[in-house]
Amino acid sequence: MKKFRSMNSNTVLLLITIGLFIIMYAGGCIAYGAKGFTHLQTFLNILITNSGLICVSCGLTVVMLTAGIDISVGSLVAMDCMMLAVGMRNGIGAVEMCAAVLITGIVFGLVQGFLIGYLEIQPFIVTMAGMFFGRGMTAVICTDQVSITQDINAVFYNWANAKIILPFGGYLNNKGKYMAPFIRVEVVIALIVLALIFLMLRYTRFGRALYAIGGSEQSAAMMGLNVKQTKMKAYVLSSVLTSIGGICYCLNTMAGSVQQATGLEMDAISSAVIGGTLLTGGVGNVFGTFIGVLINGTISSIVKTNGKLASSWPNILTAALLFIFIVIQSLFAAMRARKK
Amino acid sequence: MENNVVLTARGISMTFPGVKALENVDFTLRKGEIHALMGENGAGKSTLIKCLTGINDFETGEIRIDGVDGPVKNHSTRDAQNVGISTVYQEVNLCPNLSVAENLFIGREPLTALRTVDRNSYNKRSQKIMDDLGISVDVTQNLENYSLAIQQMVAIARAVDMDCKVLILDEPTSSLDDEEVEKLFKLMRMLKDKGVGIIFVTHFLEQVYAVCDRITVLRNGTLVGEYPIADLPRVKLVAAMMGKDLDDLASIKGESKDLSHEPLEISARGLAHLGTVKPFDLDIHKGEVIGIGGLLGSGRSELARSIYGADRANVGTLKVKDKEVQIHQPIDAMNLGMGMLPDDRKAEGIIEDLTVRENIILALQAKTGTFKRLSSQKQNEIADRYIELLSIKTPSPETLVKQLSGGNQQKVILARWLATNPDFLILDEPTRGIDIGTKTEIQKLILELAEQGKSIVFISSEIMEMVRTCNRMVIMRDGEKVGEVGGDITEQKVMHAIAGGGEEK
Repeated sequence: MKKFRSMNSNTVLLLITIGLFIIMYAGGCIAYGAKGFTHLQTFLNILITNSGLICVSCGLTVVMLTAGIDISVGSLVAMDCMMLAVGMRNGIGAVEMCAAVLITGIVFGLVQGFLIGYLEIQPFIVTMAGMFFGRGMTAVICTDQVSITQDINAVFYNWANAKIILPFGGYLNNKGKYMAPFIRVEVVIALIVLALIFLMLRYTRFGRALYAIGGSEQSAAMMGLNVKQTKMKAYVLSSVLTSIGGICYCLNTMAGSVQQATGLEMDAISSAVIGGTLLTGGVGNVFGTFIGVLINGTISSIVKTNGKLASSWPNILTAALLFIFIVIQSLFAAMRARKK
Repeated sequence: MENNVVLTARGISMTFPGVKALENVDFTLRKGEIHALMGENGAGKSTLIKCLTGINDFETGEIRIDGVDGPVKNHSTRDAQNVGISTVYQEVNLCPNLSVAENLFIGREPLTALRTVDRNSYNKRSQKIMDDLGISVDVTQNLENYSLAIQQMVAIARAVDMDCKVLILDEPTSSLDDEEVEKLFKLMRMLKDKGVGIIFVTHFLEQVYAVCDRITVLRNGTLVGEYPIADLPRVKLVAAMMGKDLDDLASIKGESKDLSHEPLEISARGLAHLGTVKPFDLDIHKGEVIGIGGLLGSGRSELARSIYGADRANVGTLKVKDKEVQIHQPIDAMNLGMGMLPDDRKAEGIIEDLTVRENIILALQAKTGTFKRLSSQKQNEIADRYIELLSIKTPSPETLVKQLSGGNQQKVILARWLATNPDFLILDEPTRGIDIGTKTEIQKLILELAEQGKSIVFISSEIMEMVRTCNRMVIMRDGEKVGEVGGDITEQKVMHAIAGGGEEK
């Protein structure tokens, strides 16, 4: 009984999200088992394609916890990919370019964070400017689509094609050959990011300060927290995670192009919301966001496996899910208000 | 620094644009005393407190704190906390989405060897702190699960645990009921015994006399004086705050008149808003002032709201001036000549970002219709008239309302309704949170309006206010009208009626 009482509505929301993911995935397995949906590799592929999104969504969760928003992430990812592709085409090493991308992320985040934290400008406006800047800069660097081939940079190419074979969960294909399940480097990066941010939010002063600011910014300031600095750090962290996500994204697509990752910020926001993060701040965690990403990935995967459905279906399903979650969240909020 | 003194402020001055907010104010706080800081709205209490806590930068003067060499100038609440000054405000400044323990320790959590926060350790310490203070809570629960009073006490516990030497309580009791106030006092006395110096700001005079040792009075930004509590009885305190001898509040009331022969203004039969107010009958005659008594939450406001259409009545009939009417929403009521000053003036009444003039003409404009704009000459005329009539203290009619003090904001809303020239006016808690001088003025105004033939429903948490001004009182209990007290109203009669003649305990 006591255990149940201590389970607050946020935990319930998270459980609903997890339940939904399981149902959806199981549904996919039943419907498309014949097309190989039941193989472990299907799940791993969701992780591989969405590794960049996982990093980006972690960053968004961090700023959303402070009741902020960062819509610059999609175009920052595009800029990162373009930087990587063009830089390596011009003969710069993979490690150097990754470092350059990360430094760009830090600078990008510092500017946005300073404007939001210290000058107290609306995050939406600041990051919208960041969004236009990022997209614009991508085109300034290069307007063509630039692919990263083995000739351009063998090191990066090898990273991208490295398979990390898992020792379990393989299957025999119809020719009788054993297909070992594998993940890629970017999945490892994304999962490490996820774990670190999870621990950071839960167990560090900075993490707890983020929740406090989202709960009540004025109170946080009154309690002696350095709100301005914490908010700035949140946006720096968001941009850095986005840059890491950009690298993962690039490892996946092996190209830079102006139109890359358009709307990625919305995917990240919807993943966070479906995962239980409130736009009003103070509630949510990256584990939920991770499930949110998986749900979005599962939808795409089901539509892709089906093969006949139009590619617009994932959008409609995501819309339906978001709608359901927002309604559930407000129902919980209303219940809580009534209890008072 | 003198023995036993924890804080001195000497010659503090501070100017806001156009206003001298504090002028050469001295303040001394001793160890283990509860020191009331009193003054009318706008006397400079909040400004002084903000100077102590680093929110305002004072211009001249110095503040010294026990244990710190040299004068202290705080630039943020954080600085203030570092020298041992903590503040608890009327609105709880904690995070509802964090656990009680986190609220106690956020920003200064004990760390483990890995530099992570040590949850176990601070949960345990928090539980001990709360247990020691006699507050029974589960510290791992989120703060939002507890009542406002508990939240208030958590805020105090946080301040105390931060080794504060000076605890400032700014209107902490405004939203607490009597029992909760008593708990808070117990806590304050406990802290006092531990040697904490407490500055207590409140509007409730009886609370000052219940816990305080000493009183400092401010008026118009200057120091009136510092007195031990025994040397300053209530009447003298009020006189010191207002700067004049109070013509005894009790003398407001004229002889009680029987107005039952006057024509009926409002007549309700079996009116109810199901869920909040049970069916009631009520007659209000022209020129009558009706009080609604009852405990907090007994349905006082709800009764008024169901007449006015703010909560649409779903059964019963309502007659206005002997004509049966249907009121679906407040605008219907306004067109029938009603006006209502809601109790939550922040949320339902005042529009802070509009000017005084705009706030005053708002209801009148709504009543005449959005497309028939009142000429600016007419607007100014109305605004000026009511600013003068209610003596609203504002630099100009074009000042933003948010720059006025609470009492003056209240008068602006009152002016808004008077401007519509209503025959029937509902005033829900018009005197809450304003100083005693303005309270008296508002009560006088109610009587004047009644004299002019307006009918008024006056709701107040202070029974004495209603006893002084009302012809008749309606008594509410659990959403039901349980009786009326008329004729010669006394506080005792009303209390007796509210208590229900000994039905309960």
